[in-house]
Amino acid sequence: MIEQDWIWGLVGGLMIGSAAALYLLVNGRIMGASGIIGGLVDRSGWESGAERAAFIAGLILVPMLVVPLYDTVDTHITSNLAVVIVAGLLVGVGTRLANGCTSGHGVCGISRLSLRGIVATVFYLLGGGLVMALARHVLGVI
Amino acid sequence: MLRLLSALAAGGLFGAGLVVSGMVDTTKVQGWLDVFGDWDPTLAFVLGGAILPMAIAWRVAERRKVAVLGGPLPLAPAGDGRPGRNLIIGSTVFGAGWALAGLCPGPALASLTFGGTGGIVFVVAMAAGMLAAPPIRARLDRMQPA
Repeated sequence: MIEQDWIWGLVGGLMIGSAAALYLLVNGRIMGASGIIGGLVDRSGWESGAERAAFIAGLILVPMLVVPLYDTVDTHITSNLAVVIVAGLLVGVGTRLANGCTSGHGVCGISRLSLRGIVATVFYLLGGGLVMALARHVLGVI
Repeated sequence: MLRLLSALAAGGLFGAGLVVSGMVDTTKVQGWLDVFGDWDPTLAFVLGGAILPMAIAWRVAERRKVAVLGGPLPLAPAGDGRPGRNLIIGSTVFGAGWALAGLCPGPALASLTFGGTGGIVFVVAMAAGMLAAPPIRARLDRMQPA
């Protein structure tokens, strides 16, 4: 299974990058998920609200149509809702404070060798790796 | 209208890519961050695969200057282009949450229709966190301007 996983990772990655290329070249926008969502949530991006809403509609609805083709797709998210809530809050605060997440800083930033994108990616990988080590191997909460 | 259709298509392709790549599976994401456990390298292929078309797109963008549907292409980096304190603190905090649940903003929305209660709770908490960010940023700026 692992041998196939990297192929699907690469194929899915090419799709993600193509989506970002389409949004950049056709719409003139940077495809950063946290920015697109955040601008709607805190109303800071309402002047381009329809475009953001259309992007999010595709992002929610197409997976809904694709997933039935698989018989094993499952998010396997933890049933510990306290952990889920803390995680969601941290992701929301962190991505808005940093002005970007895995798609904006990771995909769109690194691909143009942006220093901000590279530094952001280094720190979210460091933060993630550290918390994973603590939460799983020391505290045993996930 | 074309602008909305194109945004819908980009969001859809992004979502399909997140499903195909396994980014909506929290065990794969946590496996990637679990360097001291049973490390799963799949995400390196996802990121590498995603950077490839975008690197070409940036080259094209530099030559075109203008988007297909009009308007300038966003070629200038955000802010002064330098990584500041908020970028570093925010990214570290984001990484911590990413590790705890195994979801980042894109996959959280992509899995909304099949991620169950946990997935919905995550998205609501994430939205609340997004609303809390501006006052936290203001407080950080009062302590020491970025």
